[in-house]
Amino acid sequence: MTFTEEYRREDEAAHPPHFSEAYASTALRSPRQPLVRLPHTLTEASGPAQGGGRLLGPAMADLTRQHRGEPVGQRIVVAGRVLDEDGRPVPDTLIEIWQANAAGRYIHARDQWNAPIDPNFTGMGRVVTDEAGRYGFTSVRPGAYPWGNHHNAWRPAHIHLSLLGPAFATRLVTQMYFDGDPLIALDPIAQAVPAGARDRLVARFDLSLTEPSHALGYAFDIVLRGRAATPMEP
Amino acid sequence: MAGGRLGQTPWQTVGPFFHYALPAPGGADLVGQADIGARADLTPAGHFLLTPLSRETPVGDVIEVEGRIVDGAGAPLPDALVEIWQADGEGAFGDLFGRCATADDGGYAFRTVLPGRVAGPGNALQAAHIDVGVLGRGLLRRLVTRIYFEGEPGLDEDPVLALVPDERRDTLVARRTAPGRYRFDIVLQGAGETVFFDC
Repeated sequence: MTFTEEYRREDEAAHPPHFSEAYASTALRSPRQPLVRLPHTLTEASGPAQGGGRLLGPAMADLTRQHRGEPVGQRIVVAGRVLDEDGRPVPDTLIEIWQANAAGRYIHARDQWNAPIDPNFTGMGRVVTDEAGRYGFTSVRPGAYPWGNHHNAWRPAHIHLSLLGPAFATRLVTQMYFDGDPLIALDPIAQAVPAGARDRLVARFDLSLTEPSHALGYAFDIVLRGRAATPMEP
Repeated sequence: MAGGRLGQTPWQTVGPFFHYALPAPGGADLVGQADIGARADLTPAGHFLLTPLSRETPVGDVIEVEGRIVDGAGAPLPDALVEIWQADGEGAFGDLFGRCATADDGGYAFRTVLPGRVAGPGNALQAAHIDVGVLGRGLLRRLVTRIYFEGEPGLDEDPVLALVPDERRDTLVARRTAPGRYRFDIVLQGAGETVFFDC
């Protein structure tokens, strides 16, 4: 007897296509054959315990305290909840975080832009959601940076977020943008998302999350795929 | 809200700069302590903060799976991340999640165990398989595929392989190159394109 919990499919009205003409790197990296619909067997419906949190290492929730000094930039707190489509909290799920520094430079050998590296900022972190799906981390607001996709192309300020969720099927990697950034409307990566879902990638300034005399607060909730209708045993 | 539900948060590419955040040393060794899987060489000194992973030794026969990822022009992907999820040798799921960042030649390699067979749709037993996710610059979403193993029982009756057109099934079967050693290349596009799944 098997009892496999299925997850809802990725909503095509929410996610970018694999090929998006305006994002040049997709041209040779997107499949041309149709995807085959994979039934959710136990392999797809299971995942590492505690959303990978125990497996992948200790929490690092303050990106401004990883080196001897403090990084340059506008200090921010990003907080929210991880929920499924039915509004249920997703507890004990690992969120991996990475971003550029305040000048828009990544601590990466392949980032050759001449904006300065900040010796006090790596820009990686890791948090686990609590029983109510809540998470939060402290960082500095990343800068925008140029990239080679087209003439005068600039990525809007963003923070990368990676979540395993409860199962192989619920994996999500996304990017969080900042409300009011004029570069979002010009960015082929953000604009590859269907219009109706784009604002789900935008964090809002939130005074209640703002820490007096310390850091500006931004609210960002993340919604993972929910469970399909209760499966019946065969 | 759609139909009373919350809208899914959209996928975005991992981009080219994930190496100091996702693939930890040891992430590609699911049976031991070898520090394979990471690319610490892409992060300046003092900034590689990922800690080596340690695991309990899983049940099963140790195997190595290696391959290369190429794009539609046959060029290797030096900036991709391969993730795997699988059962242990007895078909039980625990913590056998692995990650490997590709090398400059597009190569990746995992050391793991040959998974046991697990039930599939309609209770048909699936052949031994590993679920794979490919992430990278130019991949707006994850690409999902499966590794099956040449010579293992049940390939002809596998309920998932049965959904794949005959002529493309071979792209999902890792070739046995030596005892305990398999090769699984991933072609993102064009001739010999690997079968990818809507998962």
